[in-house]
Amino acid sequence: MPDKHLSSQFDHELNTVSSRLMEMGGLVESQIQQAVYALSLFVEEVADQVIKTESQVNSMEIEIDRELSTIIARRQPTAKDLRLLMAISKATANLERAGDEANKIARMVKSLINNGGFRSLPSSELRLTTEMASSLLRKALDAFARLDTSMALAILKEDDLIDKEFDGFVRKLITYMMEDPRTISSSLDLLFVAKALERIGDHAKNIAELIIYIVKGEDVRHTSMEHIESTLQ
Amino acid sequence: MSIDSPSALNNSIEIRNLNFFYDKFQGLNDVNLDIAEHKVTAFIGPSGCGKSTLLRTLNRMYSLYPGQRAEGEIRLYGSNILDKNQDLNLLRAQVGMVFQKPTPFPMSIYDNIAFGIRLYEKLSRSEMDDRVEWALTKGAIWNEVKDKLNVSGLSLSGGQQQRLCIARSVAVKPKVILLDEPTSALDPISTAKVEELITELKQDYTVAIVTHNMQQAARVSDFTAYMYLGSLIEFGATDQIFLKPQRKETEDYITGRFG
Repeated sequence: MPDKHLSSQFDHELNTVSSRLMEMGGLVESQIQQAVYALSLFVEEVADQVIKTESQVNSMEIEIDRELSTIIARRQPTAKDLRLLMAISKATANLERAGDEANKIARMVKSLINNGGFRSLPSSELRLTTEMASSLLRKALDAFARLDTSMALAILKEDDLIDKEFDGFVRKLITYMMEDPRTISSSLDLLFVAKALERIGDHAKNIAELIIYIVKGEDVRHTSMEHIESTLQ
Repeated sequence: MSIDSPSALNNSIEIRNLNFFYDKFQGLNDVNLDIAEHKVTAFIGPSGCGKSTLLRTLNRMYSLYPGQRAEGEIRLYGSNILDKNQDLNLLRAQVGMVFQKPTPFPMSIYDNIAFGIRLYEKLSRSEMDDRVEWALTKGAIWNEVKDKLNVSGLSLSGGQQQRLCIARSVAVKPKVILLDEPTSALDPISTAKVEELITELKQDYTVAIVTHNMQQAARVSDFTAYMYLGSLIEFGATDQIFLKPQRKETEDYITGRFG
């Protein structure tokens, strides 16, 4: 059975909107990487760049949603096509929010630089979580482009690790704050950064769940890992 | 409004191991299907897939043509209508049919409705008036024709003619109404009126509809059957067929990948 539509124009529209999503994903990825860079080396200019990219991401979200509405109105998609379009719409929302989190990190970095208290804090320990979160989002986009469900499953599992890292980091911050109350203000800033990274992981996880929805037609949000694994068998 | 399985409902019609032949050519291959009572069941599929053939077996319309025959069982409320002793006139009163092209009789609107009733029932003048009004109301056309009941049915617009034909089939109080591409000759507004009517009709009747328009099947039906080359490929709740079909053939057809 053929995988192309009878209407090549329809195929073209679906391909275009999918690649727009990847383009938007690329922007958000660069935002996260810049935010990470700004965080590890405390470079204010790079943090500013992240904040500047935000409006671009926002307008892409609106643009993609407009294209989706047009396709739905004109083509009345069904089954896998409909699931793909629904998933793209949700993925753009997740990407936009992941971009917002990168933005928050950039603002925090600026505030840390201006307060000057960052050097005595375990900001280096955040780097692992940072790497995990940004690579998770990149993987989610790769898996989406290839509709790869086994990669999606790996992403869901990896997000659990980020959540554990986050919990460990919070415990560590608490001990710092108890030892030296002067670090409380900066620790809180770092806590927000850690929370933002944890949220980026969640958005990557949401995108991974959408991949399973497109391919299997099964909504696996808010279900157990066992259920998801059995869906994919 | 999601119905998971047709088997949980009462069935108007149960089709078992149905094979159909146009002389030597086999038009239907071993079809098994239940048509649920007071629901709309839609048949979709490419031209020549057997969906109209299947519909035409349900009131034995094919018996009008020599050489065409059906084998197997079609149980209408339990009794097999393929039985030799089946009274065809009675069957067609119980299972009404509306065709692609509106087919009003060349007589007044009133007589279009009264004609069929007179075949089966003896009603007084006032009873007949009431029944005609009732049928035209059921056909969602009463308000448009109540002041011109003596005008020829042929003077109505295509959409009105089709609703007149639906009213005519309703007039004899059938159990099942078969619709064979009822809106393919109608404009979108008339189509919308007929679709609205179908939704109302299922309160009282079982409806089976053949349509080339997949979106129409998605809009009006509770269950959808996808047919191809005389076989039933997939049958299930319409929500499921259009969101998550089980068979790749169905998916390819409804998403427009059928080559």
